[in-house]
Amino acid sequence: MKKLHGIGTSDGVAIGRLMLYQNDKLSIEKHYIENTENELARFKAAQKQAEGALNEIYLKLLKQVGEKDSMIFQIHIMMLQDEDFTEAIQEKIVKEQVNAEFAVWETGQEFAEQFAQMDSEYMRGRKTDVIDISRRLIQCLNKSTAAGPVNSEEPFILAAEDLTPSETVKLDQSKVLAIVTRVGSRTSHSAILSRTMGIPAVAGLEDSFEKLKDGMFVIVDGTSGEVLLEPDKATQENYEKRQTESINSKNKLKQSLGNTTIMHNGRTIEVNANIGHPGDVQSALENGADGIGLFRSEFLYMGRDSLPTEDEQFEAYRQVLKKMGKKPVIVRTFDIGADKKVPYLHLPEEENPALGYRAIRICLDQTDLFRTQLRALLRASAFGNLKIMFPMIISTEEIRTAKAILEDIKSDLSAKNIAFDTAVKVGIMIETPAAAVLSSELAKECDFFSIGTNDLTQYTLAADRMNGKISKLYNQRNPAVLKMIEMAAQSAHQAGIPVGICGESAADPALTEFYLKLGIDELSVVSPSVLSLKSALQQAIQSESGKD
Amino acid sequence: MKEFTYQIKDADGLHARPAGLLVKCVKECSSNITLSVNGKSADAKRLFAVMGLCVKQNDLVTFTVEGPEENADCAKLKEFCEANI
Repeated sequence: MKKLHGIGTSDGVAIGRLMLYQNDKLSIEKHYIENTENELARFKAAQKQAEGALNEIYLKLLKQVGEKDSMIFQIHIMMLQDEDFTEAIQEKIVKEQVNAEFAVWETGQEFAEQFAQMDSEYMRGRKTDVIDISRRLIQCLNKSTAAGPVNSEEPFILAAEDLTPSETVKLDQSKVLAIVTRVGSRTSHSAILSRTMGIPAVAGLEDSFEKLKDGMFVIVDGTSGEVLLEPDKATQENYEKRQTESINSKNKLKQSLGNTTIMHNGRTIEVNANIGHPGDVQSALENGADGIGLFRSEFLYMGRDSLPTEDEQFEAYRQVLKKMGKKPVIVRTFDIGADKKVPYLHLPEEENPALGYRAIRICLDQTDLFRTQLRALLRASAFGNLKIMFPMIISTEEIRTAKAILEDIKSDLSAKNIAFDTAVKVGIMIETPAAAVLSSELAKECDFFSIGTNDLTQYTLAADRMNGKISKLYNQRNPAVLKMIEMAAQSAHQAGIPVGICGESAADPALTEFYLKLGIDELSVVSPSVLSLKSALQQAIQSESGKD
Repeated sequence: MKEFTYQIKDADGLHARPAGLLVKCVKECSSNITLSVNGKSADAKRLFAVMGLCVKQNDLVTFTVEGPEENADCAKLKEFCEANI
């Protein structure tokens, strides 16, 4: 049994089989073979097997979705049988005397390249199909080296270099037991996603990631950051016991704290949940969240080929608001840019994307995008307790301009007799040092603050949160960061508006007391952390009153 | 040897699905069938080659059919084109 060490980015234990997801890269070993006849036979057998598997998928889908949508697998079969393709592979095996896996991969790349250079967008897209069938063939040739696309009938543990946000939104969340990545840190997107999904995750395995093989049986311990390869029976039983215990203690918390509101010095402290999709609301409610403290609306824009329409957005917001009833829902207008890429917007590549064209900067520049979102939000505001929040603010002018656009849309809606909440609250994220420093001025312009500690830490400490090399510098407890939070909280209270924390550090138990002292009004964390945070707050409040 | 020309009606041209259907139809024929368009040609039994022609809507494609069954195959192919592409 081997043990790999990484950074635990989402608590919990998962036991299962690994699925290696390698984006477009796949490292296939090349070796020279003497017996080409044997290699050709291996290829033929793999081809047959792949055809069989595809046919099975095709027949199954045919029943579920009909001829048109299952046809792609018939086409994959034809591609597998294509004489140009198979002849090229066989020729490589014979002439270059290389193993079948390598011949398939090289040929697949060549054909994919041909498609990539075609002058029709559609045909360029077929590159993916060629890669897909090559992978399938390689998987049939050698179970341990090949990577399949990320879907499986059985639940699996996903292993990847890293996952981009648009890749993560395409995952079938019900099948992923845990996520293990080579790079990344606690604040990378796959880590945040894992915590939102409530599944364990380990990041930053670096070179030891090489030891992971597709189909390998592993245990992922997201608390300690360990990954155990092919564990023995005793170890496995040990971890299974821990799994059950953690589920039990969670259920206990749910029973005792599910509907409790936390009170401190006569004021309530809301413990809210962060979400990215309307589907996440269920988990927020099940975990006893008092509201939604951060709805990352940019996720509605990701993992698709075109902008979501006003109606699509309206429907998404309405769903969330209706499900939450009277509970507050803070929607952050889209924070696109930096690491959250939306290819169809064709934003230019930037030297310093974190300091570049993103979030409110895009909104105030391409106001048509912003208007569509605000209209959808206002229309949805009639269905619940909506609050609108602008990200990446650095000046009062930005808030004023954004609010002027909002007011303009309000009067348009009124003129058309479309219902909306006329008193909808408008707040800002405090996530730049500028916003913290100017917080007393900014507080006069809005109804609430929510401190985004992830970016605030990165900008205050000038430490890129995606860069694993300086992950030690990126410290959310750094006194400079805490000072920024303190400034913003004091300004908010002086202006008589509430202040919340919606970054990762809201869930940091080491900071719970600090937040209590500052009189923070709201903490927003990933759903699976809501209960443990409520319990931590309660304990801190009790020990505080004990001291008095 | 027989030959006929056909104008593609499908809005997306000969994309994967119709190309796949065409190859399937051609494979059921015993004749040698070549597909030509804009000066390029491909063995119509080979899916990648057919897709590689990048045939678009309104393109005039020429089928060349050669073999003992060429009359019957030609008729079959014409029927397929009218119905599918």
